[in-house]
Amino acid sequence: MQDMLLEMRSITKTFPGVKALDEVSLKVRAGEIHAICGENGAGKSTLMKVLSGVYPAGSYEGEIHYDGSVAAFRNISDSEKRGIIIIHQELALVPLLSIAENLFLGNENANKGVIDWRETNHRTESLLRKVGLSDAPTTLVDKLGVGKQQLVEIAKALAKDVRLLILDEPTSALSESDSQTLLDLMLELKAQGITQIIISHKLNEIRKIADTVTVIRDGQSVSSFDTTDGITEDRIVRDMVGRSMENRYPVRTPKIGERIMRVTNWSVHHPEHANRRVIHDIDFDVRAGEVVGIAGLMGAGRTELAMSIFGKSWGQGISGQIEMNGKPVDVSTVSRAIANGLAYVTEDRKSLGLILDDTIQRNITLANLREVSNGVVLNEHAETRVAEKYRTDLAIRTPGVFQKVGNLSGGNQQKVVLSKWLFTAPEVLILDEPTRGIDVGAKYEIYGLINDLAAAGKGVVMISSEMPELLGMCDRIYVMNEGAFVGEMPAKEASQERIMSLIVNH
Amino acid sequence: MTIAEDKLESPQGRGGIGAYLAANLREYGLLFALIAIMAFFQVVTGGTLLRPINLTNLLLQNSYIIIMALGMLIVIVAGHIDLSVGSVMGFVGALAAVMIVNLEFSIGVTMVACIIVGAIIGGAQGYWIAYWKIPSFIVTLAGMLVFRGLSLWLLEGQSVGPFPREFQLIATGFVPDLLPGGEALAAVLDVRNLNMLALATGIVAAAWVIWSGMRQRARNQSYGIEDEPRAFFIARIAIISLTLVFILYKLSTFRGLPNVMITMGVLTVIYAFLTERTVVGRRIYALGGNEKAAKLSGIKTERLTFLAFVNMGILAAIAGLVFAARLNTATPKAGFALELDVIAAVFIGGASMSGGVGKIVGAVVGAFLMGVLNNGMSIMGIGIDYQQMIKGLVLLAAVIFDVYNKQKG
Repeated sequence: MQDMLLEMRSITKTFPGVKALDEVSLKVRAGEIHAICGENGAGKSTLMKVLSGVYPAGSYEGEIHYDGSVAAFRNISDSEKRGIIIIHQELALVPLLSIAENLFLGNENANKGVIDWRETNHRTESLLRKVGLSDAPTTLVDKLGVGKQQLVEIAKALAKDVRLLILDEPTSALSESDSQTLLDLMLELKAQGITQIIISHKLNEIRKIADTVTVIRDGQSVSSFDTTDGITEDRIVRDMVGRSMENRYPVRTPKIGERIMRVTNWSVHHPEHANRRVIHDIDFDVRAGEVVGIAGLMGAGRTELAMSIFGKSWGQGISGQIEMNGKPVDVSTVSRAIANGLAYVTEDRKSLGLILDDTIQRNITLANLREVSNGVVLNEHAETRVAEKYRTDLAIRTPGVFQKVGNLSGGNQQKVVLSKWLFTAPEVLILDEPTRGIDVGAKYEIYGLINDLAAAGKGVVMISSEMPELLGMCDRIYVMNEGAFVGEMPAKEASQERIMSLIVNH
Repeated sequence: MTIAEDKLESPQGRGGIGAYLAANLREYGLLFALIAIMAFFQVVTGGTLLRPINLTNLLLQNSYIIIMALGMLIVIVAGHIDLSVGSVMGFVGALAAVMIVNLEFSIGVTMVACIIVGAIIGGAQGYWIAYWKIPSFIVTLAGMLVFRGLSLWLLEGQSVGPFPREFQLIATGFVPDLLPGGEALAAVLDVRNLNMLALATGIVAAAWVIWSGMRQRARNQSYGIEDEPRAFFIARIAIISLTLVFILYKLSTFRGLPNVMITMGVLTVIYAFLTERTVVGRRIYALGGNEKAAKLSGIKTERLTFLAFVNMGILAAIAGLVFAARLNTATPKAGFALELDVIAAVFIGGASMSGGVGKIVGAVVGAFLMGVLNNGMSIMGIGIDYQQMIKGLVLLAAVIFDVYNKQKG
């Protein structure tokens, strides 16, 4: 047996009423990249919290052997002292502080409380070089994109002499190219001898960089294997969901009808810089029963396009025409857009899509309260009937529609958002990253719903950063780059290579 | 089934009365705190607290706080705050005094004008908050200074009064007994007099509490979400309805229903209905819960914020009229620091600083709780110094209790 850096043996962690981890074991060799896969709620994050001391020693059963001795971390700083550092999905940077200030936050280069800025900036520069960033140390983190922020997080870990780096879904918010940069960096860090654990849903990434994969399902470790043994993605998926999933995208026979929506000469300017044009003369259309994809990298302007169409919710100086069923319509406010048959399912369901403290029922009816009232007074019976209908139709897994949405898993939250928009009876739904942060099983269900919508004659516009998803789901794909459409093709003729080359060669 | 879902189900279906009480401590807590505090003062003041005359006083003293708490609850649920209400209230009182006493306008014209001015003031502040996104704390802090200064200017630093008798009646008048049989019953019960209308109001109110409580329970049961043990339900409804009858009986043995109480009661019912049962009420909660999500759901968040402040201005104006009528004079210091009592009442009543949470009934009970504290401590002869400290600590304790409950749950 090669020397193990970390061995977690039979870890069991119980919360009141639920066993989150049940005798989970994990062995990580020194110097490898170890991937942990599992559906949301399978217990991956709980396991990492046990490891890092968020749940202190004694609050769980089992043993952690780390670097040759039994470890009993009482808190995060205990584990950080031993070189275990976690980078969470939600980044822990202070947006209005500079890169240098963030890197050494709580770990300042100080003499008797006075910070040595020369030393700080100097060390920051060398750390940034290591992660491939060339921004000035004094740049505010706020000004960096998500991809660069992720790299700053890694630089911060390096500043603390990391030995075991844990990345929790590091690429879930990144574009393809940023993801690639990050994965390359991980391989480089591996070459420097830093052991890494990556938690990820994205199987292609895991296959690319991981040496070993451990799959966790329902709080138990299901399997663990070397990727060199020729493990297929299907095997991992099967272990994750506990069943075989031959086809990741449900089949649909498209029945495409008349054109429902047509957008012409759509241009949008930046909300803060009035003379910066962000969207350039975009034309596109959607037909009944059609799923239209918009491919592009992060920052291509896809969300901005969608939100500017949906009630001018983004940008200023918007020009262009929108026709629904051949007639020009006014979509200048969200309520007018809704009234004209548009719906927009946001990419950021927690901060833009849902009221997390409210119940499922109240979230579902919010965009169409008129329908469950006499115009002034609400009819709560009608509300409950509506909510129950969507709970059944969309298989939202919850004890009842009076549960708080904040308590649901990502997939079920997304179904609530979809329910809310279905209840407005739209003709065209714009779905922005509809499967982001959702586990494999729930993704499949969402795909099924999208197909149902198309079958019911609605037009669907699907924005996604995951190209396989677009290729698997759409009838037609537009390619967007730097605020303009640079290509359009039937999905049958599309491939990842073709889309990328359109973006790159534009 | 994933683990996240297991967690959801586990709190229900198991655990007994203790677990239920622990989970709903906040709602019972407020009610029981009010009852406990009343009982406490009733004992230490040797029965003075619940004397009919004191009870009447208690209502009159707190009427303007409660009226403003209704508007403040909406402002706070919408995710804002209004620090100017004390000053606005004082300013409107001053305006009423100048119009009636100095300029000899009729009472009707003055009242309408004052309420319109209140709406304009609320709108002027709400405009900056809603459409310019200037923090409400700043705008209303400025408003607090501006209207304090305006009252001083309007009254030229003097007190203006007294008001004609008809105007005073707004705050100090009583509804005449419209029902027969008062004298006969008074003789039977061996009390000096008995106002049948007040007593009937108490009984009707209690009956309504019982009826609506049962209706709500039946509805919840039909959806399988009722988890309040039967004994608790009966006890809660019984305590509330008996308290209502008891208080109204006490009032009926004095001078009956104060006019202000009618104003207050009607406004409370209107706003409770508005917030809980109407489309606009639901939208205000959505706005406070997540403004961006509300906006993307087609809710005109700016207009709603604006209207919340207009409404606050109107209620502050009504409170200003009541306050001036009660003191029978307008002084430059009227309403000083009153906004703090109003805000405290709303937070004690369970509203959340971050918006989206809070109930009208909670705010009203919160205001009464503060009122009973004030009144009880004054009867006991506790100095204003200690009174302030105790009120401050009660506010802090209520909010800590909320946060603690939330973390635990």
